[in-house]
This record gives sequence, C-alpha cells and structure tokens, in this order.
Amino acid sequence: MKNYYDIIVVGAGPAGSVAARYAARHGVSVLLLEKDRDVGYPVRCGEAVNKSRITEFIDPDEKWICAHINKFRFVAPNDKEVTLQFREEGYILERRIFDYQLAKLASEEGAEVVTRAYVNGLIIDEDCVRGVKALIRGEEIKIKSKIVIAADGVESRVGRWAGLKTHIDFRDMESCVQVTASNINNINPDTCYFYFGENVAPSGYFWIFPKGNHIANIGLGVSGIIGKKKSALKYFNQFMERRYPDAPFLTSIAGGVPCSVTLKKISSNGIIMTGDAARQVNPLTGGGISSGMIGGSIAGDIAGHSIKRNTTDYLSKYPELWHQQVGKKHEIYNRIKNGIYNFTDDKFNKIADSVLKLPDDKRTLRNVFTTALINQPSLLLDVAKVFIY
Amino acid sequence: MEYKQAKIGKLLIEIIPDRCDFCGCCVGVCPEDAIELKEAEIRIIAENCTNCSKCIWSCPIEVIKFNKEGILV
Ligand SMILES: Cc1cc2nc3c(=O)[nH]c(=O)nc-3n(C[C@H](O)[C@H](O)[C@H](O)COP(=O)(O)OP(=O)(O)OC[C@H]3O[C@@H](n4cnc5c(N)ncnc54)[C@H](O)[C@@H]3O)c2cc1C
Ligand code: SF4
Ligand code: SF4
Repeated sequence: MKNYYDIIVVGAGPAGSVAARYAARHGVSVLLLEKDRDVGYPVRCGEAVNKSRITEFIDPDEKWICAHINKFRFVAPNDKEVTLQFREEGYILERRIFDYQLAKLASEEGAEVVTRAYVNGLIIDEDCVRGVKALIRGEEIKIKSKIVIAADGVESRVGRWAGLKTHIDFRDMESCVQVTASNINNINPDTCYFYFGENVAPSGYFWIFPKGNHIANIGLGVSGIIGKKKSALKYFNQFMERRYPDAPFLTSIAGGVPCSVTLKKISSNGIIMTGDAARQVNPLTGGGISSGMIGGSIAGDIAGHSIKRNTTDYLSKYPELWHQQVGKKHEIYNRIKNGIYNFTDDKFNKIADSVLKLPDDKRTLRNVFTTALINQPSLLLDVAKVFIY
Repeated sequence: MEYKQAKIGKLLIEIIPDRCDFCGCCVGVCPEDAIELKEAEIRIIAENCTNCSKCIWSCPIEVIKFNKEGILV
C-alpha cells in the first residue's frame, strides 16, 4: 500500500466495489478500503435483485445465483394471497460470493483492495477532502488522495466528517431482522413472498425469499416510529412462532435500510457519496443493491474522469447524473411509499379482494398499486409514471 | 468515577455490547455522530450524545437502553 492514491473508496459493498472498478478503468490509482475481515460478509440483506438491473455490471453466474424468481406472492393480513407473474426475471443472490466477485472485478481493473481497514477520519485541508485516516490492522495510517468516494453503507459517517448531513430521520430507517432458515418446505422455489399487516410488519413488510434446497431468507423491516413501541425482533419472533416454530436458523442478523429520497447533498470538495451512504436505496421496496451499483458506477466514472481532466470541479456533475438516471424515480417511489405507509389491515384485505377479482392476466404490479391507491388520485399518476412497461 | 459529560450533563444511553450485531442502524439515525462502530466493536461517544433516544427506537434487536440513572464511566 502506498501513501497516496488518486481515488480512495471507503466500503467494499456493491456500491463501493463498482465505484472502484469504474474509477480504475480510467487508468488512475484507486484504493478500496473495507473495515470487515471479508468482503461480502456478514450478509445483511434479503439478496433479491432484478436481473435486468445488474447484468450491466456483472455477467450472471450460477455461483452466486441461489434462485431464479418469476412470481411474487402478496399475503394480506387475513391470509388471502395474491400471486403475480413477474414478467422479468429476478434472482436471489448469494451475496457472500456476489460481493466478493464485484471486488475482484475492481481489482482486475487495477484497484487495490484492503480489508480490515477501518476509516476513522478524513484529511481536510483548506475546506477540501484530501485523503483518509485509517486504522489498518492495528496501525493508524494517513493516506492522501484527490478524491474520496464514501460508500460506507447505512452508517454513513464518512460524509459527516466532510460536513455533509448524512443521518437519516429515524422514521425513514427500516429496522430489520432476518434469518436464513432451513427446512422451509412449503414455499415455491421461484416465488418471493411478501406479508403485510399491523401484526406482521406495520409500515414495512415481512419477506420470505427462497434460496433453493428448502433454505430461505426470512425477515422484516419496520420504521423507527414502530420500533419506538415494539422492536423488529418482537415482530419477527411472533411471525416465526406462528409459521415456522421449528425451523433451524443458519444465520441471523440485524440490519437497517434507509428508505427515503437521496440525500440533499451527495458531493462536496474532494468527496462524493454513493450507495446506502448517500441514501440511494429504492424507498418503496428497500432494494439497494442495484441502485447502489448504478450510483457507484456514476460516482466512480465521474471521479476517474475528474482525475484524468485534472479538475475536481467535474465532481459537481455527479448529483445531476444520479438524479437523471435514478434519483428522480426514487422521489416518486417515496411518495407512493408514504401513501401506503399507514394502510390498515382492513385496507390491505380489501385490496387483496379487489385484485383477486381481476382476471389472471390483469394481475400486474401496476394494477395492484392502482387498486391500492384508487382513492388517492394524485398518487395514481405517480404509479402510472413508474409502472409504464 | 464520574459521569461523562454529554450535552445535557450525563450520558443516559447504554449499549449492551455483548448483544449488539454491529448492523449500523443506530449509527445511521444518530443526528450527532455520537456512535462509533468498528468491525465488531461499538461505543457511544459520550461528549457528542444528546440522549435523544433515536438510536434506541431504531435498534432492531433491543440492544440500546435508556438508563435513567446515567452511566458511570
Ligand atoms: C435486512 C436487509 C434486507 C435487504 N434486502 C435487500 C434485497 O433483498 N434486495 C436489495 O436490493 N437490497 C436489500 N437490502 C439493501 C442492501 O443490502 C443495501 O442497499 C446494499 O447492501 C447497499 O450497498 P452499499 O455498497 O451501499 O453498502 P453496504 O453493502 O452496506 O457496504 C458498505 C461497506 O462499507 C463498510 N464500511 C462502513 N464503514 C466503514 C469505514 N469507516 N471504513 C471502512 N469500511 C467501512 C462496511 O463494512 C460495508 O462492507 C437489504 C438490507 C437489509 C438490512
Ligand atoms: S441518544 Fe441520540 S445523540 Fe445519543 S447516540 Fe443515540 S441517537 Fe445519537
Ligand atoms: S442498531 Fe442495535 S444491533 Fe445494530 S449496531 Fe446499533 S446497537 Fe448494535
């Protein structure tokens, strides 16, 4: 490791690894720092992605695909089920391997990857970020750079040290508990299950995502406003006692998904932010793998360009490009999320009833949302905007 | 022994380290950057904490407690 790199990326999740790769492509020097011992572990994720959103960044490989998804099943509080055919293809990933592979691709492009490297401060000079301070295998080290890319996930502290406001309103944080359980025998291996309701996961949802061989990711997220009264863990235990009292847990984790619009400011002098750190998660679904990779690719590319052109002014283009490609859509998703946030059990049951009356070929995601928001015409327009196939 | 000085006088927020999963949820909501999280190590930076409780509400597994007496450090 050297004491200077053109670009330092903090965090080797999907956003950071893709950012490092897209930066390194410009032939500049890139260092990717990860505080954990292993890239891709621990996995704090349901691991569901839409195939079409990730293949731009990585060729599909059965090594990290646990299941191929072509159906969604929504379960209303009264246990009525609505199954939708997914017209595209979804994957349930093995992120241990997937994230690792993304970091490997970055290293093949020339980025240097260092794990057990905890970044604990920034070098700031004349109001501009000029590197990081890090604790690397017990040693305090300063490494200089022209640009720092903060991809440090849900915690998002690196941006704060540069004066950016990165903390998220606790109401927008979905607090999650998830297990990977075995002996889950009553699910279809090609279907993602979503459960709704006040007793299941108020202001969020409960999921079961199949991983093949009767293994599944089972978890839920609830907003901090719910957590104030009852924790995600309590909801989780309740659900499992009812449905899978004897299922063995192969892993169990806590986690947080920031479900809001993108931060107001995601760049400053010498620093840009991406992925969960920049709050680039789809606020409606809580999916942040693919959007983080898109954010990371834009961030890395812009950073690489800036170094090549020898001007960091170019960094200011980053927010604009992000908003054009994804950020604007997230604003719409966030409005829809707020519209369905406080639905009562009765409302969810009625939606299921109405959708079940539709003929099979009319049961699309768009129609489900349209049915759900029939009394909120202003949001119907939003649904139309995002679900035009 | 003395109370560490937080903005309102003493630190009332307590993390039970053995139960923490190091997920970062609390860090993400903390408005004061008052929580430090390493690979498997967590602590409250007492000088920054305002005892606002937001971290408690967002911890998925009930690891953070409000301690009325304040914490001796
Ligand atoms: C329970 C749960 C279920 C989810 N399910 C899905 C899903 O099904 N589909 C989906 O698309 N998304 C899902 N998400 C969201 C998804 O996991 C994240 O959006 C995604 O991982 C974000 O990628 P990232 O690269 O921004 O951050 P991360 O993957 O979190 O990576 C950030 C990295 O930065 C490192 N880091 C942090 N601070 C420092 C530091 N100071 N120094 C060095 N390194 C640091 C961390 O160790 C971490 O490896 C889920 C999230 C949770 C919690
Ligand atoms: S009480 Fe508030 S300020 Fe203190 S650590 Fe928790 S969130 Fe941060
Ligand atoms: S939210 Fe809870 S489990 Fe997660 S890091 Fe904070 S204290 Fe630990």
